[in-house]
Amino acid sequence: MGCCPADAAVALAGGDLSPEAAARARRAAELDAALRETRPGVALLQLIAPGMKCGGCVASLERGLKAVPGVLSARANLTAKRLTVELDPKKARALDVADAAEKLGFETWPLEAADAADAAEKRETRDLLMRVGVAGFATMNVMLLSVSVWSGADGVTRDLMHWISGLIAVPAVAYAGRPFFASAAASLKARRLNMDCPISLAIILATLISLSEVLRSGPEAYFDAAIMLTFLLLVGRYLDRLMRARARSAASALARLQPRGATVLTADGPTWRPLEEIAPGAAVLVAPGERVAVDGEVVEGASDVDCALVTGETTPEAVAPGATVRAGALNLSGALTLRATAVGEQSSLGEIQRLMAEAESRKSRVARLADQAARIYAPVIHLVGLATFLWWLSAGADWRTAAFTAIAVLIITCPCALGLAAPMAQATAAGALFRRGVMLKDGAALERLALVDRVVFDKTGTLTAGRPVLRRPDDLHAAAAAAALAARSRHPLAAALAAWAQGAGLAIPRAEQVAERPGFGVEGLVDGAPAKLGRAAWVGAAEDAAAEEATAVWLRLGEAAPVAFLFDDAPRADAAETIAALRGDGLSVEILSGDRAGPVAALARRLGVESWRAGATPEEKIAHVAALSQAGGKVLMVGDGVNDAPALAAASVSMAPAAGADVGRAAADMVFFGEALAPVAEARATAVRTRRIILQNFAIAGGYNLIAVPLAMMGYASPLVAAVAMSTSSLLVVANALRLQAAPTQPAPSALAEAPA
Amino acid sequence: MSNLLFLIPAALFLGGLGLAAFIWSLKSGQYDDLDGAAERILHEDDDAGDDGR
Repeated sequence: MGCCPADAAVALAGGDLSPEAAARARRAAELDAALRETRPGVALLQLIAPGMKCGGCVASLERGLKAVPGVLSARANLTAKRLTVELDPKKARALDVADAAEKLGFETWPLEAADAADAAEKRETRDLLMRVGVAGFATMNVMLLSVSVWSGADGVTRDLMHWISGLIAVPAVAYAGRPFFASAAASLKARRLNMDCPISLAIILATLISLSEVLRSGPEAYFDAAIMLTFLLLVGRYLDRLMRARARSAASALARLQPRGATVLTADGPTWRPLEEIAPGAAVLVAPGERVAVDGEVVEGASDVDCALVTGETTPEAVAPGATVRAGALNLSGALTLRATAVGEQSSLGEIQRLMAEAESRKSRVARLADQAARIYAPVIHLVGLATFLWWLSAGADWRTAAFTAIAVLIITCPCALGLAAPMAQATAAGALFRRGVMLKDGAALERLALVDRVVFDKTGTLTAGRPVLRRPDDLHAAAAAAALAARSRHPLAAALAAWAQGAGLAIPRAEQVAERPGFGVEGLVDGAPAKLGRAAWVGAAEDAAAEEATAVWLRLGEAAPVAFLFDDAPRADAAETIAALRGDGLSVEILSGDRAGPVAALARRLGVESWRAGATPEEKIAHVAALSQAGGKVLMVGDGVNDAPALAAASVSMAPAAGADVGRAAADMVFFGEALAPVAEARATAVRTRRIILQNFAIAGGYNLIAVPLAMMGYASPLVAAVAMSTSSLLVVANALRLQAAPTQPAPSALAEAPA
Repeated sequence: MSNLLFLIPAALFLGGLGLAAFIWSLKSGQYDDLDGAAERILHEDDDAGDDGR
């Protein structure tokens, strides 16, 4: 096809560089950049393999990669979905490893060696686990010593026990309690009270009063309470962190699915350049099937581009020299050469990111449940402590006894269960959601999701599967002829037509001399008659009304009148049920799309949604969501495209399908996997249950205090009572939170799908 | 009283041993891949003498 201008551009660019070879060369360069030499002759390669799902995958990957010549060791990490491969750079290339993984059925992406944030994250998690371990060790030993004191040790023996307890507990509290002290100090500096303030106060006071008791050989030391409080709360903190780390590692795996660069035409032929190094005016090559990385003007070539992720339009747009193309569009049929017009902050993507940052900064942060509870709880217990002190003084006790009792009140009203109540419930809920294909970025999003009263859906790629499906044609003979031509094209509409014909069992005639005309369609001889399949104008047909609601492709066979084939962007299989479920939950549902009014209205009718808006630009989407929030609404935004990203950031809480644009995924609070829309309703149901359980947990913790506080105020709060109250209320709270693990509904099909072992 | 002088150090020593074992396991990456480790045991491996990192 040397006549095609696009082919000429590629030929000019680098001899016989086919799109496949260019993509491969680029991949090799990306992979080699991720190689890091650890010792002479040994290089370390880290890859992300999101497809890894079970032990079978781990075993087959490790065995398969070790069989590659030059690979020294291979280790798969199932939790982080990562592969760590050591290879001899002289004998093997990074591309060999990636190819071997691909042959086993796993797509891989290189993990940049200089992922500093990731390393720091891992170090902090380990650091926290170390504190949990130290606190656990100290708790066990101090408890052991305390038991002997409670069972009747007195005199010198009791003093000895107290001294040893103190020697273990004081350094352990100082080391293990630092996360709480640091957070409380930061919150006080900002003139706010968070949960860590009463926690830190209780821990520090318990330690100090116990030290003073030991120094004067007193009978009651609260070292066990102080260290146990620290230990239990650290466990809650660790769970919270583990949940977020897990979501983050899955998110970073997704973020790397799209290459951040493009093939640029330079003096030495086409080379792959990262996005930051592409200047305006550079000639950028875009192969068919590739996403456009920069905004640009078409210089050479003709093709169809799919802007579904950029604008939400479902119908591919034909482009020819002079047309502008925006970053994020998918090039479908022909090779294009673009002149980059704007890169970085000036590009349309940069504009989207600016809108997102603005939305983020304007978003009012809803206080988290635990902090809300702390704001009421902390002043109350501090006042109760003060009241106890004054009451005992006025009753004639010396100031020491009065202070001791007041501090005992503060210890026994242990915010321990309160500190565990929210993180434990959220970590359990996040784990349950993760197994059902919803990735949660942090626990606060669940709290916001529970309060939502309105759901705004994007259309293309969110409510719909983002893939065209052929409407049943009347003329099956024409359909068979069209399928014969369509089978030779990679255009998604052609692929849908061919797939439908195959599924319907049509006898497909022979097609000869088939040639693709990028931007127009396919032509050739079907059963000896000249045939054209493509755009209306090219085929010689007049657009008619039916094309308003659907995308049309026309066939002209011989001299017969042109026949139209209509395609719908079919909704996800469970879209109607999900919307019904959300409605049944008392939420109002609306559609906000960038697509034309016809298809949006058709889909809204089909799904039974009355409120819809079409043709919305990113600015209009964000304005709409902001207006809803201003009117007091709490909006859940569900969208996948680049154009949805600012609205996702502006909404009270947001979800994006994993197959969407990376900016959208980055902006969303939750990402869901798979073909089903059900995860949206499931996440909402789980959020509501989580909120209920957190409130129950607060009630349990509060109920304990109703019994314990009067006892403590009367001076009966011995260290034994404190220890028992603390551990039972914590156990109850944890057990209650674990109820979230049970599935409320049937698990989504995506969670049931097992990878081939 | 005198047996306490023997028992308390013994208890602390054993507890310390547990702590040391925990710190070792943390440093050697035993907690890095909890899901994978659970699955790994179900698969018979030809090269069982893997370095076990």
